[in-house]
Amino acid sequence: MIAGLTGLWTTLRWLFKRPVTAHYPEQHLPVQERYMGFPALLWDETADEPFCTGCMVCVRECPTQCMSAQMHDNPRFTDGASHRRKIIETFEINLNRCILCGICVDVCAFDAIEMSHEHELASYGRAGARADLDLLLAGGRHYQEETSWVPLNAEKNVAGVALAKKAAAAAAKSAAGPPASPAPEGSDGAEVDA
Amino acid sequence: MQRPGTTEQQHDTVDMMLNMGPQHPATHGVFRMVLTLDGERVVEVVPHIGYLHRGSEKLCETESYAQVVTLFDRLDYVANLNNELAFCRAAERLMDVDVPERAQYIRVALCELNRLASHLLFLGTYAIDLGAMTPIMYGFRERERIQNLFESVTGARMMHNFIRIGGVKEDVPADFVPRTRAVLEDVRKGVDEIDRLLTFNEVFLARTKGVGVIDAATAISCGLTGPSLRGSGVAYDVRKDDPYEIYRYLGFEVPVGAAGDCWDRYYVRLLECYQSIDLVVQCLDQMEPGPTMTQRRRIARPPKGEVYVHCENPRGDMGVFLVSDGTDKPYRVKVRPPSFCNLVALRPMMRGEYIADAVAILGSIDIVLGEVDR
Repeated sequence: MIAGLTGLWTTLRWLFKRPVTAHYPEQHLPVQERYMGFPALLWDETADEPFCTGCMVCVRECPTQCMSAQMHDNPRFTDGASHRRKIIETFEINLNRCILCGICVDVCAFDAIEMSHEHELASYGRAGARADLDLLLAGGRHYQEETSWVPLNAEKNVAGVALAKKAAAAAAKSAAGPPASPAPEGSDGAEVDA
Repeated sequence: MQRPGTTEQQHDTVDMMLNMGPQHPATHGVFRMVLTLDGERVVEVVPHIGYLHRGSEKLCETESYAQVVTLFDRLDYVANLNNELAFCRAAERLMDVDVPERAQYIRVALCELNRLASHLLFLGTYAIDLGAMTPIMYGFRERERIQNLFESVTGARMMHNFIRIGGVKEDVPADFVPRTRAVLEDVRKGVDEIDRLLTFNEVFLARTKGVGVIDAATAISCGLTGPSLRGSGVAYDVRKDDPYEIYRYLGFEVPVGAAGDCWDRYYVRLLECYQSIDLVVQCLDQMEPGPTMTQRRRIARPPKGEVYVHCENPRGDMGVFLVSDGTDKPYRVKVRPPSFCNLVALRPMMRGEYIADAVAILGSIDIVLGEVDR
């Protein structure tokens, strides 16, 4: 008798508490700040181009080989608008294969790839899970807008900072003495010591 | 058939073969056992495994050391961080790397949290195996808090890839310590609730007391480890007997059972939940700021050699045998998964028991098929 009443009391108590479940399609729980969703490519505002140079290190280090990338010469490098000699041309991630391990983010030396908060990419066909460069960059821009993402190594990787540093170094050099010769063409921003 | 000199009908009885699984809801995955029954009694049980075989050990040979960690996540998919720790410790032993103390505290705290999450899943699923619906709701509710905590630390809810060779991926977030304390408070209440509801429940006692008894000597000869062995009264725990990481700085008692029946195995796990909570609290108290990674090496390339390392996983003694030929990929990775070895004890436990208790006995050794089949 008493046991039965105790049981009913427990049931009654829970009846008036807030449910712990969330009804998913109507109600979205926020993800945590470090949440690792699908990878996305980030956008360098200072040069108006992606951070990614297409160095392929993430393609090689991916445990599931879900990526492919191609680079080409960066036309903006010759204009002096960017310090990146090479820039990404095509990039494709097969999100069906991606296991969201974050190894690509760890190995990237250019702060170009990041695990976004995006985790809802249902599509009607198998090809829908193939993220191309435009989709990856859109995801990256969305990620940069909604979080306070800062590049790990801004001095080396953000075009505006790297170019300013290079210009300052050149100015200091010319002020110190007559320039023997202009800086050799081989030293681009990627070699600036961090 | 009529025997000469009698009028009664005499029947020759034959044993019945009964197939259970692989799609049976109570086999915790794709596990199949072929039972031989004499009436309601189990005469013989033959486990059939391999339905979830993915060739993980062979795959490890084609991946670099950093990538292998992602494969270890997928062995025991209820206690991912414990698996990662086992492999990373093996690789670190080969490379002779010292892990910074803060990284070790983070590792142990997360592994104990993962043990807690795993045991909560066991408490829930074991109750539902025996027909009690409520504890699984409680268990999952509490587990969810821990999963959220993991998400805020590692970025993932299950496949973390957080413990790396030489440390951990990154430091815990600034609010980790207060947040974990709050989560543990809630979880302790939740475990209390399951305890009150289940442990001395009359129906639960009737289903588990004296069922699936295995004595200490048989358990040891079967290679049983973990809570299932401790339920038989053997106080073997790798954390105590072969301390790794910073377990030597932590004070804890190993709970042991007495009878070696299903109830003891259940109760040892319940007590381990409280023990894990205490261990995490001790880690949080002792943790000091510092680096969380030895000097970062892009490519791990251990010297030629071989090493065997074992850890206490929620299910038992997890061993990793690692052979390196000096390249950036392991030459051979052999895993000693506790669930697989514990399955050996299924036959001595189940022989002579009722068919209705088969589910209770299988549930009490808490197998995870991802680990059994690899």
